[in-house]
Amino acid sequence: MALLEVSDLTVTYRTAGGDVPAVRGVSFALDAGQKLGLAGESGCGKSTMALALLRLLPKTARLTGEIRFDGEDLLTMSWGRLRAVRWAGASIVFQGAMHSLNAVQRIGAQIAEPIRLHSRAGEAAARKRAGELLEHVGLPARRADAYPHELSGGQRQRVMIAMALACDPKLIVADEPTTALDVMIQAQILTLIESLVAEQGISLLMISHDLSVLADTCDRLAVMYAGRIVEEGPAAAVFGAARHPYGQALAAAFPRIGDPASRRRPQGLAGDPPDPAELPPGCAFHPRCAVRLDHCDAVDPSLWPAGSGEGARAACVRVLPDDGLSLVPAAKESA
Amino acid sequence: MADSALPTAPVPQLAQSVRDRSGVRRLRYYGEKLGGSLVSLFAVILTSFFLFRIIPGDPVRTMTHGRPVSIEQQEQLRRDFGLDKSLAEQFWTYLTGVLRFDLGESFQYNRPVTDLIGDRIWPTVLLVGTSVIVSAALGLWLGVRGAWNHGSLGDRVNTGVALTLWSVPSFWLGLILIVIFASGLGWFPTSGMESTGVEGWERIPDVAHHMVLPLVTLVAVVYAQYLMIMRSSLLDEMGSDYIVTARAKGLRDVIVRRRHAVPNALLPTVTLIFVNLGFVVFGAVLVETIFSWPGLGQLFYSGLSVPDLPLVQGLFILFSAAVILMNLVADLLYPVLDPRVRP
Amino acid sequence: MNGLVWARRRRTAARFWSQYRQNRAGVFGLVVLALFVLTALLAPVLTADNALSVTRPPGSPLQGPSADFLLGTDRSGRSMIDLIIWGSRVSLTVGFWATFISIAFGTLFGILAGHFGGWGSSLLMRVTDWFLVMPSLVLGVALAAVLGRSLTTIIVAIGVTSWPTTARLVRAQTLAVEARPYIERARALGGGHLHVMSNHVLPNVMPIVLAQTTLMVGSAILTESTFAFLGLGDPTTASWGATIQAARDVGAVSSRMWWYILPPGIAIVLVVLAFTLVGRAIEGVLNPKLRER
Repeated sequence: MALLEVSDLTVTYRTAGGDVPAVRGVSFALDAGQKLGLAGESGCGKSTMALALLRLLPKTARLTGEIRFDGEDLLTMSWGRLRAVRWAGASIVFQGAMHSLNAVQRIGAQIAEPIRLHSRAGEAAARKRAGELLEHVGLPARRADAYPHELSGGQRQRVMIAMALACDPKLIVADEPTTALDVMIQAQILTLIESLVAEQGISLLMISHDLSVLADTCDRLAVMYAGRIVEEGPAAAVFGAARHPYGQALAAAFPRIGDPASRRRPQGLAGDPPDPAELPPGCAFHPRCAVRLDHCDAVDPSLWPAGSGEGARAACVRVLPDDGLSLVPAAKESA
Repeated sequence: MADSALPTAPVPQLAQSVRDRSGVRRLRYYGEKLGGSLVSLFAVILTSFFLFRIIPGDPVRTMTHGRPVSIEQQEQLRRDFGLDKSLAEQFWTYLTGVLRFDLGESFQYNRPVTDLIGDRIWPTVLLVGTSVIVSAALGLWLGVRGAWNHGSLGDRVNTGVALTLWSVPSFWLGLILIVIFASGLGWFPTSGMESTGVEGWERIPDVAHHMVLPLVTLVAVVYAQYLMIMRSSLLDEMGSDYIVTARAKGLRDVIVRRRHAVPNALLPTVTLIFVNLGFVVFGAVLVETIFSWPGLGQLFYSGLSVPDLPLVQGLFILFSAAVILMNLVADLLYPVLDPRVRP
Repeated sequence: MNGLVWARRRRTAARFWSQYRQNRAGVFGLVVLALFVLTALLAPVLTADNALSVTRPPGSPLQGPSADFLLGTDRSGRSMIDLIIWGSRVSLTVGFWATFISIAFGTLFGILAGHFGGWGSSLLMRVTDWFLVMPSLVLGVALAAVLGRSLTTIIVAIGVTSWPTTARLVRAQTLAVEARPYIERARALGGGHLHVMSNHVLPNVMPIVLAQTTLMVGSAILTESTFAFLGLGDPTTASWGATIQAARDVGAVSSRMWWYILPPGIAIVLVVLAFTLVGRAIEGVLNPKLRER
């Protein structure tokens, strides 16, 4: 059975200007010990997804669908039970650790906080464990007395990771864990995350705009666009042979080092991702799509088996048997 | 366990030198703040000197404004104030006088200004001190509540009431309170700090009874600022990532607020409270006048209406010094609260 | 080119207004303000010629509300309503002029300090610090005591003591604006100091100054009433603060002549509150982060 199973999740923000759909019917599953990468441009709903998993979104967000974690539905769970699942069941490594840590509290205390909350550990035991965790992520235990601003960006991210490991969770959600770090440090942090989750058999949901980073780390990839998953499959298949034009563009934007083909045809994607409040009709990607068909503004296809690899799917009319023409509403067809 | 992480010889030395350097930096920080305050204080003394002696052209005429004074008396006054000496000499005399706490002699009371201040300072400290504690506690509490339930009906009423009270002139509010609760309902005395003939421990409830209306007035016009600052800085903090982290850890909202949001939001607020404290002393002028509270404010008012220049000048320096002192306290306190600015 | 600029400005203004309109408190403040400004402008039309005359007042002194005088009369027999109407002129005049002085000095010094930096800037900021720590009321009171009692003294006293707040704000904003890349570009293209300051920094600093202005008028009016109440204003002008002081002098408090005390105070509260609400609404539009508050 999958550890995390998200089915038909939608997140809608209620604003003064009307409802804004940020996530529109996302389904995926993550097995124990598996690593899933979620890619997409900023504003595609991937960070909303991360927060939605533990119901951390503001009150203006409305969630529907189902998030089954370890057999329980997080969306219908009581607040008390949910608080128990938070961090002890699934923890989060946030992006930009600068602001994700409390600036006026020593990092040791911040790491010890969830330990004390979720276990019967006393003050001293929690402190000791915090020190061990710091050493585990490559920081000396005495840095527990430091304040976040006394650490470098990479060190703060290590602290975040130590904190995420504090309660031996089954799942870690890493939301852009390496953004804002320089390349050398990025590599170190990625290696650290990889080795830690492998060592402890933790499942990983990693979210990034950088498909190449995800492809290196994760077993499977899912590409999000405008609040939907438009492509998913084994990492190599999605990164190397995406079937959705957006997946292809995203893969091309981050060339694989040592691949001469990507150097010869650099590709950028013109235009901006759509405003969630004013999504284009039909396939949300069609205004930016280089290979769109006439009826792309009338059909919004769902995921369909496509491409190589187990469970590879894409949401594009081009992977449908008849280019999706049968899905076009009658009015459009006659016109 | 921590020891095992420490490499042996060189590192402790390094740590030692880092600590030395941070000690120097800390000393420098406090030195700079203290120096800045002294410079400001000097500027205030300079200002008061020029303001009251130079601008009016003939200070003696200003002092004796509207009173029949003979030529001889005017000459006498000139000599008394050393106005026949050079400007530099006058300033030196004045400066050394101020530094020796000699603020001259009041025209009106024929007593040294310093003595007058000594007599009147405690009622002001009592009234202003209490009002600051009450208004800060009230403002912070309501600010935290407002931010936590922001947008709710309670929050909007809260903010509305605070903004309205902030717009109320304190002297007018004082008068209205007297009309209703003192001369109207007779619940509280209309003026003064204590009743005659009350002795010993009985004085405490008596003074408290007298203090209710002036206190309410001061608190009402001041607490709004604390509320607004606390509310908006807490709102800022609540949107921060580390609050999401804290919630993700599974902490209850109350704990997230108390342990994470409020300590961060307090930083700007505490500074404001101290900076304000200095000004509140002067803000008490009106309230003390309205309620005939025998403090510095009332003294200042009586000096103004004569005008009793040495008295007004002395209080000017005192009030400004209070603001400078409180600014200094805020500067020194800030690093204690916020590790990021710790020198 | 120019037409294009104007079209863009009009669009910006339209957008500003459509966002401002959503703030109900801000709209309320604006309406109240408009009413007061209208009252101040039409004061000579709304009241009789002898409305403010002490020698031949329209009524007898200290009368309670009646059909002739809806809010009663003051100690000279003048209608309270007329006094309130004329008082709005004093308040708004002082408020606007004091704010003008404060904003003019504050913006000038703030931009200079922010633009040039270096020791000159440090010196300028030191000076503003001196002004900041001096309780404005004390300095104002001292100035008024020294310069004599008039409306101008009050205006100068408020203006001179409140500019440092603006200067600090403008300096911070200038520093933020100058860090933007297009300032670099303007410099690279040969734009001089004056060009950069007037064409690039000023337009970007103005919005925040506008919000600050509105808030400042409110507190200037409050300070004016305080000065007038302390007896530092021109004794012949019918300011709201002076009216409250007069009420206190004749013992309106102990004899509970509410109509003498209540109306001028309510007028002050309304105007100050209106300016505060408008200022906050403008701030909210300019800084979307604040909008929800």
